[in-house]
Amino acid sequence: MSRIKTRFDALKVKNEKALISYVTAGDPHPKHTVSIMHALVEAGTDLIEVGVPFSDPMADGPVIQKACERALKYDTSLADILQMVKDFRKNDQDTPIILMGYQNPIEIYGVERFAEDAKGLVDGVITVDLPPEECAEINQFYREVDIDSIFLMAPTTDISRIRRISEMASGFLYYVSFKGITGANSLDIGSVSSKLSEIRSVTELPLAVGFGIKDAETAAAVAAVADAVVVGSAIVSLIAANQEDMPTALKEVKSLLQGIKSALDNAGSI
Amino acid sequence: MGTNVKDKEQGHFNAVPDNRGHFGPYGGRFVAETLMTPLAELEAAYEEYKVDPAFQAEFYNDLAHYVGRPSPLYFAERLTELWGGARIFLKREDLNHTGAHKINNTIGQALLAKRMGKTRIIAETGAGQHGVASATIAARLGLECVVYMGAEDIQRQSPNVYRMRLLGATVVPVTSGSRTLKDALNEALRDWVTNVDDTFYIIGTVAGPHPYPQIVRDFQTVIGKEAREQMLEQYNTLPDALVACVGGGSNAIGLFHPFLGDEGVAIYGVEAGGHGVDTGMHSAPLSAGKPGVLHGNRTYLMESEAGQIIETHSISAGLDYPGVGPEHAWLKDEGRVQYVSVTDDEALAAFHLTTRKEGIIPALETSHAMAFAEKLAPTMAKEQSIIINLSGRGDKDINTIARIEGIEL
Repeated sequence: MSRIKTRFDALKVKNEKALISYVTAGDPHPKHTVSIMHALVEAGTDLIEVGVPFSDPMADGPVIQKACERALKYDTSLADILQMVKDFRKNDQDTPIILMGYQNPIEIYGVERFAEDAKGLVDGVITVDLPPEECAEINQFYREVDIDSIFLMAPTTDISRIRRISEMASGFLYYVSFKGITGANSLDIGSVSSKLSEIRSVTELPLAVGFGIKDAETAAAVAAVADAVVVGSAIVSLIAANQEDMPTALKEVKSLLQGIKSALDNAGSI
Repeated sequence: MGTNVKDKEQGHFNAVPDNRGHFGPYGGRFVAETLMTPLAELEAAYEEYKVDPAFQAEFYNDLAHYVGRPSPLYFAERLTELWGGARIFLKREDLNHTGAHKINNTIGQALLAKRMGKTRIIAETGAGQHGVASATIAARLGLECVVYMGAEDIQRQSPNVYRMRLLGATVVPVTSGSRTLKDALNEALRDWVTNVDDTFYIIGTVAGPHPYPQIVRDFQTVIGKEAREQMLEQYNTLPDALVACVGGGSNAIGLFHPFLGDEGVAIYGVEAGGHGVDTGMHSAPLSAGKPGVLHGNRTYLMESEAGQIIETHSISAGLDYPGVGPEHAWLKDEGRVQYVSVTDDEALAAFHLTTRKEGIIPALETSHAMAFAEKLAPTMAKEQSIIINLSGRGDKDINTIARIEGIEL
């Protein structure tokens, strides 16, 4: 069983919501990524999304675009990232790790080879520009090594697509809270809530909500209707603002996440 | 030439893309989930209107009376004489309203936008020709228009930037990445995903997610259809060769497509060789790249060993793009079109030659096609003929040329 399911099952028993934290691998420098990942866990992160930097992150806002640029200054590659995950696993066997990025770096690495090398280390993959229509073969490679294919759903995803995506997905589903790019500020809790009900009518998979969750307040509001919240640009912004001073960056990231985590715990117990 | 054989062959080429937008292993729809439904809506609208006589009538009426089609097929006598081989014909897309082939497609897509009830159009542009064509049709139809353009390109194509602003468009400089066309495309996609309810994204080339490569091709094939008819009518023969420059590849596919089934017609797509394809400083993915996924489709790309898109170089902003339309990728693999490249210097020389010999100032993009034709023509017999797509006029490039030659304007 994948670490993702184990983690969500355990949280469900405790009636808790999951905090999913995102960091771009290699930002601000590849040497910091593993310690940032451990810091995320110490601050209450339940699952980690590790961003695979890409030169053309077309679904991302300026915060994550710049993180990709910083990481690529040091040529942070998919091979490097697998090594980072391996290093992380020396001290953490339990926290699920999801790689999130775009198809091209994986395609050039070789999907089959990537799946083989990621086996046992990585628990899920989110490929932003790989909709179900294009991924039947690719998913097969992930399935064979128990890596979950995690799909995005959006406000524009209608019920027939929700069904189709749910059939192909495993681990959890990632609902993009608004039409837009990462880091924008347009989350409307009413519309998120009604869309999640629609999605729940066809799937048992846990539902995570991402895009636009910046603080404890929005996190708590979303957690009232979702199983997990994803915090990305808010973390990456703090890292960017303190890139010359990692201890301060980690302190601020932890403080943000601890605030969000306790808001989630309160929301979960309502 | 046996008509039946030809029809069968053309059928092979008309059968792509398949209903999922694939040209063999290329093409497809590699976009974020938010755009999947809008793309399906666009596809449905296009399928409806492409067979709608009223839509077609409006499109062809605009091409005739607003664009000025058909564009002439011009016999370039002096170049023919100079090069000493095949007869040279120029398909004069530079004479279109706004000065390039781009307007054929923007009119088609803007008419679609209007019928789909969209009030705002966005576009990406490299050389600025597609931006100008989009701003033009937006002005005429009373639509809001936002054009994304790399900050680098804004510098080197300033006359077109001013034209767009005169036409009422907002030109947004893109400062991310390499600050050129690919980054403008990223930014346009980010705008579209944010404003998808009221916004129509007019993609300017035969790339992007399905159905764009097909839509743009279909609107641009008016070039090849006319050229084929003109050649048959005026000279009672088909050409022996076609030559067009390839960045994304819309002018090339527009000329080539109606001839793909004509076995006797050799077809050459000319990529931007920059400082030379062996220097790494070029924009020639078909000549020196490998397949990958970018901007919604799988195609040949300029990319690093790790799958990052690398910076390209060309003297011509319109060819300075790391990818190419998926249909070209397929035609390369099929062996139907030969893709070659010429360098900046060769293109620049051809720019001057065409200007001095024929009194036609070609765009720097187009100059790449001229430069290859200069090599090809002498290898062919005098009875043979070449059609070159004179895809755009070079007025927009005079600042670049002057700067290269150390002249202050």
